[in-house]
Amino acid sequence: MSDPEGISPEQLTLEQSGVFLTNSEKLNLIEGIYNWGRRSSLWPMMFGLACCAFEMMATGAPRFDFARFGSEFFRASPRQADVMIVCGTVTKKMAPAVVRLYNQMAEPRYVVAMGACACSGGPFRDGYNVVRGIDLYLPVDVYIPGCPPRPESLLEGWFALQRLIDRQRLKEVPWYGKEDKSRERPIPRYGPHGLILPEEPQEASQ
Amino acid sequence: MTEEVLRRMEKVLPAGAIQEVQENGARVLSPEFLLEAGRYLRDEEGFDYLSNLSGVDWIERGYFEVVYHLYAMRRGERLVRGEAPDGPLGPLVLKVRAPREDPRVPSVSAIWPSALWQERETYDMLGIRFEGHPDLRRIYLWDEFEGHPLRKDYRPEEG
Repeated sequence: MSDPEGISPEQLTLEQSGVFLTNSEKLNLIEGIYNWGRRSSLWPMMFGLACCAFEMMATGAPRFDFARFGSEFFRASPRQADVMIVCGTVTKKMAPAVVRLYNQMAEPRYVVAMGACACSGGPFRDGYNVVRGIDLYLPVDVYIPGCPPRPESLLEGWFALQRLIDRQRLKEVPWYGKEDKSRERPIPRYGPHGLILPEEPQEASQ
Repeated sequence: MTEEVLRRMEKVLPAGAIQEVQENGARVLSPEFLLEAGRYLRDEEGFDYLSNLSGVDWIERGYFEVVYHLYAMRRGERLVRGEAPDGPLGPLVLKVRAPREDPRVPSVSAIWPSALWQERETYDMLGIRFEGHPDLRRIYLWDEFEGHPLRKDYRPEEG
């Protein structure tokens, strides 16, 4: 087992042949198959904010070929997407739209912050119009540093997300079960100098 | 070629309309003669295209400057036959100054419609009010924003 928390290369080879092992103490067979299916068909949302989007497009093009890892479909609708790649500078004017897109995605949903700007504001951090990291408003699963990250970096971040999905247990995931575990995020509104978050997280604030 | 056009424009305008002739040939106009100069250049000289309109904050000198770049896209076929070069003529540069305390400049959007959004941008970033603009509001920033971020004395607040 090269990666004790994730999936070993041997197990990956077996899974590609349709053989699933229940050797893990953490996951049972159902969860293994379930996570294998989700991990192997992550569909990103088709949207880009700045120059990082070009690296994302290059990742989807034949040279780097996202399709090898089950992510060939960039969905143009948040309803059909599994992952939101926040690729590029999030301006304060755009941030409410990004949060609204996240709220419109169906569970399970993941967020990848791609590039220095999406992680922290990057070189524009001290500007008057740039959000200092999308994690102020969204729960980010994977951060990818770089300015912009090369496609290899995005793929490495993608594998990290796949390992994260491999570890998820059905009983513990926040979006599965009878009780309402809504992960709607409050949409910030425009203020005189920047964005203002509502005091209380409002449910169904659409 | 633009220099000849500008010399003809100077003869049409009243004395004192030109405040300064800069070394690159740009003319600094008094704001009250801007519309007259613009109509002359468009109707008589064929400068039908306002390519660029932008603002400059000269904070030490105490004024804003609005810069206009004009082109005559159809000049070769219409006006100076035989003598003019083929293709568009330009850029022809006009400038107008307005005091920093209360910057007001007449809008040229009635002469060149491409000024509509560029004047809104200049208003958004520098706070120069273009009088006569039909819809002067912010174009990049949101309406609730306070201040004009490209002014040299603007300081962004935290958050």
